[in-house]
Amino acid sequence: MMRSKLLSYAAGIGLAAFLVSALASAASAETTYTRGNDSDPETLDQHKTSTISERNILTDLYEGLVVYGARAKVVPGVAESWETSDDGLTWTFHLRDDAKWSNGEPVTAEDFVFSYRRILDPQTGAKYANILYPIKNAEAASEGKLPPQEVGVTAPDAHTLQITLENATPYFLELLTHQTSMPVYPPAVEKYGTDFVQPENMVTNGAYTLAEFTPNSRIVLVKNENFHDAANVKIDKVVYIPFEDRSACLRRFEAGEVQSCSDIPTEQMKYVKETLGDQVRIAPYLGTYYYAVKADKEKFADVRVRQALSMAIDREFIADEIWAGAMLPAWSFVPPGIGNYGEPAYAEYKDMDPLDREDRAKELLEEAGYGEGKPLKVEIRYNTGENHQNTATAIADMWKNIGVATTFVNVDGATHYAYLRDKGDFDIARAGWIGDYSDPQNFLFLVESDNPGFNYANYSNPEYDALMEKAEKTTDLEARAKILKEAEAIFMRDLPYIPILYYSSLSLVSDKLKGWEDNLVNVHASRWMSVEE
Amino acid sequence: MLRYVLKRMAAAIPTLFLIVTISFFLMRVAPGGPFNLERPLEAKVMENLNRIYHLDEPLWRQYLLYLSNLLHGDLGPSFVYRDFSVGDLFAAGLPVSIQLGASAMTLALFLGTILGSIAALKQNSAIDYLVVGVATFGITIPPFVVAPVLSLIFGVSLGWLPAGGWGNGAFANKILPVITLALPQIAIVARLIRGAMIEALRSDHVRTARAYGLPTRIVVMVHALRAAILPVVSYLGPAAAALLTGSIVVETIFGIPGIGRYFVQAALSRDYTLVMGTVVVVSIFVVVFNTIVDLLYAWLDPRVRYD
Repeated sequence: MMRSKLLSYAAGIGLAAFLVSALASAASAETTYTRGNDSDPETLDQHKTSTISERNILTDLYEGLVVYGARAKVVPGVAESWETSDDGLTWTFHLRDDAKWSNGEPVTAEDFVFSYRRILDPQTGAKYANILYPIKNAEAASEGKLPPQEVGVTAPDAHTLQITLENATPYFLELLTHQTSMPVYPPAVEKYGTDFVQPENMVTNGAYTLAEFTPNSRIVLVKNENFHDAANVKIDKVVYIPFEDRSACLRRFEAGEVQSCSDIPTEQMKYVKETLGDQVRIAPYLGTYYYAVKADKEKFADVRVRQALSMAIDREFIADEIWAGAMLPAWSFVPPGIGNYGEPAYAEYKDMDPLDREDRAKELLEEAGYGEGKPLKVEIRYNTGENHQNTATAIADMWKNIGVATTFVNVDGATHYAYLRDKGDFDIARAGWIGDYSDPQNFLFLVESDNPGFNYANYSNPEYDALMEKAEKTTDLEARAKILKEAEAIFMRDLPYIPILYYSSLSLVSDKLKGWEDNLVNVHASRWMSVEE
Repeated sequence: MLRYVLKRMAAAIPTLFLIVTISFFLMRVAPGGPFNLERPLEAKVMENLNRIYHLDEPLWRQYLLYLSNLLHGDLGPSFVYRDFSVGDLFAAGLPVSIQLGASAMTLALFLGTILGSIAALKQNSAIDYLVVGVATFGITIPPFVVAPVLSLIFGVSLGWLPAGGWGNGAFANKILPVITLALPQIAIVARLIRGAMIEALRSDHVRTARAYGLPTRIVVMVHALRAAILPVVSYLGPAAAALLTGSIVVETIFGIPGIGRYFVQAALSRDYTLVMGTVVVVSIFVVVFNTIVDLLYAWLDPRVRYD
């Protein structure tokens, strides 16, 4: 009995192998793009995701109302057009007729209604539900105070979707490009529950469908023939490979086994640039690496102390020498190039000579009552990670020049962030922020006084809060940008966070891979690319 | 023998229970939780998540819940791989780790035994020194050096073998990882065999065998080796468990979907259920391998009996 069962298994496997190889040879003309990713996704449920590596894959699988084009400009997705009411509170989206799920069923406005209700239902456990809080009643629903049916998303007919907002939100379209706004296929969710993400159950509406997910090995996507723009999708198969070890991706890139890497080992940057030339892509990125200063602590109460600490940091040195050009010196908190803004509010000492800055910092410290007799002592907390330690050491050395004595506390990432969130006592703590959407609000809201989860500095300035609130209510983009810039100027004066570096996105892109456009959001949907043999 | 095995397994249950209990509480002493990310979560979102994963309940109740699930063979959901249960992850990773570990062990036993025996037979000759030297080298060069170097030479420069990836277990993809895993083991086995063989060659039963005029080949392969292999056998238990579970470096560098990386990943990301799963799996391995080693011992050495 047992043996015959085993034999039939073996026969089954043999047959399957034969079929697979037969299929493979029949489809030998298909193009495959092997794509390095930062890590495995925590989940492929768009309503539970939070990471960049998840976004990369989900962008290939699903299409939201609007999507990012190759250069990260917002372009129509499932919605072919849209309009807003005069007060900016109601958005009406007109869905394209030919939008289909991978099983051939039409994508309807009801599917979006279902999806928004699902992500805002507390039972879903959505990590990023808060990104949709601009939608009317979204916050109350995700807190369980209102049923998800009360969320301001309705479907007047199968091809019209209406979204009502709490406040006019000028960055609303940017926000809709986020993976949390991608629709789920309601019948699959109803039938399989959390298992709708398994390859055999998943129904998608993007350029690709999920064929395989082997943790720590690969995720295989194949072209979705039912996608409305399938005729222009040139790559038949995308294989995502997670790389915890960036050098491993580099080696496989050099061996021609992967066509792109989502990161570069900075310690090998010189070698990489010399050997790979144009295939190395370093592009400005929507993120800032900063040190949070516990603003309500007595020793930092005098704003001159914080300014002195900021002034003494030689950001060019850190960016070029420690990060090998993989980061850029930051003189503002909002990174340049962001949407709806213009030039950020730079620190006034941006263009000063480093030595003059150091002298000025010393003066400021003395004015604040610190000096030889009473040196300022600070402690830097940072999480374990390549270059965080080097950066902290270099900064301590720069601060030593202005008479500040620095000590360090180094813990692993989970401990570090739990400590910050739980309002642990610290002087200065390392952190970083990558924007979710291209709008200055997404950076400046971090230190609003009613944002305890993100405001590590315990910064509280009524003037700042008032400006942020005013900006929220302003629909005119130019006027709003001006208000936000005023807020940032206050930020740069008070320095609850000392910005140190702007992140860059580092990628390796093979010469054979065409259509990869560097962009600020670092999003590169496979549907815009092609592979040359 | 079956009775002996069953007895051993029964005796292991309280041990496993103790390990699970201690690990469960020890793990929770570490600060932070599975949802402390670089980008903090909204308080309300965190609350929702904690409720879904029962993290808002008192610790003792979580412990009882875990135990009762464990008794039903349910290792729980993973916090970090939210589309998979811990059981799924092991079901996918374990066969890969076993293939890799078993291949490396076989290679190590085969080469180690040959090298060690040759060294013992030609004691204090140039070949002996060479084997001992190479063995020392094999132990001292860590896998995080060997793996990238092999990958660079054979994958990138020569292009003979894949620089990484599992390729669904294709033979070519296994060669470099198996060599990397086997190298230190070859060295250890060779040294163990050499020492034991030198001793065995001088023992009474080998001398008797020689006195009977048996050919050297038979004396060495049948009589001396049987005694010399004993220390290797007792080393095998822990080594096998270590090979299966301790291959994080090789897995990360070559991109192999085994279970080794879960041991580190789970702890760092506070994936509580995955941490517990790894603890349970390692404990079971250690118990099983030690039992196998004892059985082998009894079979190889007539002086040992199971009682």
